Amino acid sequence: MKLSPDQTIFWAHGFFNINLTLVTTWGLMLLLVLVSAIITRKLKSDMQISRWQSMLEIVVTGINSEIKGVGLNNPQLYIGFIGTLFLFIATANVLIVFPWYQPPTGSLSTTAALAISVFIAVPFFGIKQKGVLAYLKSYLQPTFIMLPFNLISELSRTLALAIRLFGNIMSGGMIVAILLSITPFIFPIVMKALGLLIGMVQAYIFSILATVYIAAAVQVPKKSDNTNSVTN
Amino acid sequence: MDSITIIAMVSIIIAGLTTALGCMFPALSEGKSVAAALSAIAQQPDAAPTITRTLFVGLAMIESTAIYSFVVTGGIF
Repeated sequence: MKLSPDQTIFWAHGFFNINLTLVTTWGLMLLLVLVSAIITRKLKSDMQISRWQSMLEIVVTGINSEIKGVGLNNPQLYIGFIGTLFLFIATANVLIVFPWYQPPTGSLSTTAALAISVFIAVPFFGIKQKGVLAYLKSYLQPTFIMLPFNLISELSRTLALAIRLFGNIMSGGMIVAILLSITPFIFPIVMKALGLLIGMVQAYIFSILATVYIAAAVQVPKKSDNTNSVTN
Repeated sequence: MDSITIIAMVSIIIAGLTTALGCMFPALSEGKSVAAALSAIAQQPDAAPTITRTLFVGLAMIESTAIYSFVVTGGIF
């Protein structure tokens, strides 16, 4: 029984190997880019727009309003990053309806890469909005004694982001694999349907947590009450 | 029993205990927070989107303690 798509290796040469995770990830990126490129090639602003443009508009405005709800007032600055995260994870998790598809998010390397990109994006947006000194000063909030704890929380939340997504998706696949050997008739389908729900919820949680972390990094200190009321 | 066997046995038992306790208490606290959020939504349905978003963030924070014990379990098992 292969638990992780990492174990299916197509090509290996020394340290480098091309496994199913990589292939599926590049396939997903290609799918997302191609679909978006085809839909956005003939955008219209008439009364009559195509169904696909309508779908994309719903997705984009939905993500925008979610970002704005967390406390980032200029969502167009952040939707490029957060929306990409959400769309990639959601697509990767929803495609499990197809047989023989193994979600790349069920591999720790993919989720670690996503979490590390959040880990880099938080100081990037923070420095871009506030400047280097003001951002570094946010590590000394509320007092300088909290500096090590702020650093530890920065690292541990990155770890938690990676492990949360990996654990949920991997355990969903493992439950289906175990049930196939015990009760192969109906129950695996039920668990697969539950896996769809879990996949969407995890995609939402991942992107909303990334938004909350970015919002905490770019907030102006005087308006801290606003964001605290959301995070606590 | 040599010492390797004892170490393996103890680490298996501790892994089971870690998973048991590390799932039990986060589950209790997640149940409490979901119950509080549900009663809040029942009282103020207008605030449902904000409450749901905050609930998800809070659940993720609570869940991360369970994830830490999962990581530790994987480390010692």
